Amino acid sequence: MDYAANLAMTLPELVLGVGAVALMLVAAWGGSGSTRAVSWAAVAILLGAGIALTGPAGSGGVAFDGLYRADAFSTFAKVLIYGATAVAILMAPAFFQRTSGDDLRPEYPVLLLLSATGMGIMVSASDMLTLYVGLELQSLSAYVLASFMRRDTRSAEAGLKYFVLGALASGILLYGISLVYGFSGTTQFDAIAGAYATANRSMGLLFGLVFVFAGLAFKMSAVPFHMWTPDVYEGAPTPVTAFFASAPKVAAVALGVRVAIEAMGPALVEWRQIVIFAALASILLGAVAAIGQTNIKRLLAYSSINNVGFALIGLAAGTPEGVAGVMTYLAIYVVMTLGSFLVVLQMRDVAGQPVEAIDSLAGMSRTRPALAAAMAIFMFSLAGIPPLFGFYAKFAVFSAAVDAGLFPLAAVGIAASTIGAYYYLRVVKTMYFDEPATAFVKGDEGPLAGGLIALSAVVISPLGYLLIPALAAWSIAAARSLF
Amino acid sequence: MDGFPILSVMLAVPAIAAIACLFLSAEGARWTALIATFIDLALGILLWLNFDIGGAQWQFVEQGIRLGFFSWNLGIDGFALMLIMLSVFLMPICIGASWRSVTTRVPEYMAAFLLTEVLMIGTFAAQDLFLFYLFFEAGLIPMYLIIGIWGGANRIYASYKFFLYTLLGSLLMLVAMLYMAGTAGTSSIPALQAYDFPAGVQTWLWLAFFASFAVKMPMWPVHTWLPDAHVQAPTAGSVILAGVLLKLGGYGFLRFSLPMFPEASGELTWLIFGLSAVAVIYTSLVALVQADMKKLIAYSSVAHMAIVTIGLFAFNRQGIEGAMIMMLSHGLVSGALFLCVGVIYDRLHTREIARYGGLSINMPRYAILFLFFTMASIGLPGTSGFVAEFLALMGTYQVSTWTALLCTTSIILGAAYMLYLYRRVAYGEIPSDEVRAMPDLSSRELWLMAPIAAVVLWMGVYPESFLAPMRKDVAVLLQRIDRAAPASDSRPTAGNPAAAAAHGAEHAPKHEATPGEAH
Repeated sequence: MDYAANLAMTLPELVLGVGAVALMLVAAWGGSGSTRAVSWAAVAILLGAGIALTGPAGSGGVAFDGLYRADAFSTFAKVLIYGATAVAILMAPAFFQRTSGDDLRPEYPVLLLLSATGMGIMVSASDMLTLYVGLELQSLSAYVLASFMRRDTRSAEAGLKYFVLGALASGILLYGISLVYGFSGTTQFDAIAGAYATANRSMGLLFGLVFVFAGLAFKMSAVPFHMWTPDVYEGAPTPVTAFFASAPKVAAVALGVRVAIEAMGPALVEWRQIVIFAALASILLGAVAAIGQTNIKRLLAYSSINNVGFALIGLAAGTPEGVAGVMTYLAIYVVMTLGSFLVVLQMRDVAGQPVEAIDSLAGMSRTRPALAAAMAIFMFSLAGIPPLFGFYAKFAVFSAAVDAGLFPLAAVGIAASTIGAYYYLRVVKTMYFDEPATAFVKGDEGPLAGGLIALSAVVISPLGYLLIPALAAWSIAAARSLF
Repeated sequence: MDGFPILSVMLAVPAIAAIACLFLSAEGARWTALIATFIDLALGILLWLNFDIGGAQWQFVEQGIRLGFFSWNLGIDGFALMLIMLSVFLMPICIGASWRSVTTRVPEYMAAFLLTEVLMIGTFAAQDLFLFYLFFEAGLIPMYLIIGIWGGANRIYASYKFFLYTLLGSLLMLVAMLYMAGTAGTSSIPALQAYDFPAGVQTWLWLAFFASFAVKMPMWPVHTWLPDAHVQAPTAGSVILAGVLLKLGGYGFLRFSLPMFPEASGELTWLIFGLSAVAVIYTSLVALVQADMKKLIAYSSVAHMAIVTIGLFAFNRQGIEGAMIMMLSHGLVSGALFLCVGVIYDRLHTREIARYGGLSINMPRYAILFLFFTMASIGLPGTSGFVAEFLALMGTYQVSTWTALLCTTSIILGAAYMLYLYRRVAYGEIPSDEVRAMPDLSSRELWLMAPIAAVVLWMGVYPESFLAPMRKDVAVLLQRIDRAAPASDSRPTAGNPAAAAAHGAEHAPKHEATPGEAH
């Protein structure tokens, strides 16, 4: 295969990478004044990368001798990643303007672009080394983003914490990869799968599997590797938190799915135990630990842990339907969580400073009814209550688990979602049942944020059900490309 | 009616009105809600008039688009028709009951009620398993808001309890539904009603559905959410909760548990009978000692719902018809009783029984209506409650003498707690000047209760109107479940005249011929 064909398949990453470098130069010479232009340019570049997916990059197959794969699965994940990244770029300027002193610098969109490049490589990786390179590119950008508010000690702490624990996780992952390489003699997914399929495989391969899954669980923030999540989410600037909760989550889960199915598919019985444990533990801990939270960002952090648990239930099924369920779950989850964070960005006190206490939402249904209604839709949807779209997400994964015969998993997981419903209800209760708090002032979302909130609320409302035929067809096509 | 999608229209009218209410003033929202519910009532009457009694099992069938996992398939049989009628009949009354008593956030309130109406009608009309689930479960959201925003002092606790209790039950049902759709390859309710699941699987599926319907019903011991929810909900919320939402459990047993899992239903009848018998006696005794009027009526609802469950699981015509009439009758009577409580609550702002007394002196019209509904709740002949209890208990008696014996105490105990309540509220001396100053029913309040009283009387005197649409459906259901009917515990011997005649003549030789027989 010639270079042109290979490059055509990696076109989205090329667009993003070259675009990021070019914008970095603009940022270096343009300074803070260029932020707005760089932001919009970054969104345009993401759009361009999305358009590039319609070509060979969307369904071209294997590139660079098996290092990279462009298929329907990676396309699905990339569309979600680019969309979430674009929203994270768009929601940032208003937030940074309001926080004291620290205006948004143009490096922010550039870092997000680099992160998106890394995530694109992650979901397209079909070799352990590509996987690692993509993961590190994504992570290094994320560490910087977490501490983007330099003068805020919480933000700096979040960045440091993320970096230290992230480095540890990378080490675990790399150790797992080296074990797999050592016992299978290859880093390519297909060949690794061959090694796992042999009749008497060595114990070393199993150890490798465990370590690889541990490293990936950290990136997904699945229990028991979730400890960093609440602290990082709370400390990072809110737009960055929104980004962390959406795009990297999609990338990490999609990567996990690809590794599990493509590289370690023959070891289904072995990794299923890990996935089931991680899924149930995430659902339960995410739900129980969220109950005591008073900070909305921490609450949403636990909510993201909880949701990863649900997504993993689809993976535990290990069937094309299960993988399609995971992708459906991620798609809907991204919309719900970005919508929630957009609402959180609207929370500010009389002085215009952002507030994060759940109590400050009190009585929002009277001060800002439309915003409260949107938040209520997101919360009920995250809790999986029909007829909101979040119900379909849960339906898809549980349906796959039941079809795969995992009845106890489905029953326990779904029963535990009642616990989760409790804390989502608490947010609704605060907004609708409590007397208005003085801290929450009337204000305007502005056309951009308002439009994005309205759009995500409409998608999550029962009207979203009209998307189901398309979403179902697309996600099953994505899943089939792995099997 | 060919081609006119009347069921979809009945869903669309309140849905559109609900959205419209959000953009209107308080007064505009009230009128919009009232008009929308009256349109639905008119459509409901049209539905009943056009219902072909004894015709096809499923009528007004609409086959709509398929959205991934469910189809927009609607259609009703006699059971659904009656319950839809109950819903559309009670809704204008609920709106009227809130006309003056709800003054805060009226547009949202009306929207929540209209949304509840959509979801109730949808639940009864759905012909697709998952469409049913969507409507069934979505009802939690507006009810949670109604209790939480417009409820009493302890409303937040009650709203959480209501929401989480019912959610947990329904989720287990969802897992069962997923399995059923996957195994049978269809999510159509009529198709699933004809599908035979293996007996071992049926038990698990039955239990999963039971978890949901028992909570919704509610059956002892998972009834505890009900008294809290009722006490805290605003009057109209209690009416709709008691009137229609409690019927979802009974409807579920009728639509799913019995026809889809007949063997499991037959095997687990003892569970239903046991829990129901406990419920009748225990909750009736609890009702006897309540100091709060709404709580008393809430506990009486649990006892009445137990009569529904024993009737349903009697596996015979009387039992099932009695259960259905009990659902309709209880929907009307307990709804009316909550309205009665609401009337005096609006005047004195307390539900404590001890604060009232002698209302027959200064509120004669109120006292008459209250007495009428009290009698209907007890099951006095001539009212709907009698027909219901009589049929259900007669059906049960054929299957289980003991259960019938225990559950018949509900008539005595019901009379005890209801008459005791009535005596304390309506008779005796007027305890305070505040009570003395309470005016009698306004014409609005009279118009809310008079139609219910008329229907209760109609159902009591000529129940045939209500039984006729269901007759064929009961036959279809019985045909399906007959093979699994539990054996009766009473074994009447037909008498043996031949043996009796022979007894005298051949006594001695026969005695000698069977020396081994133990004496």
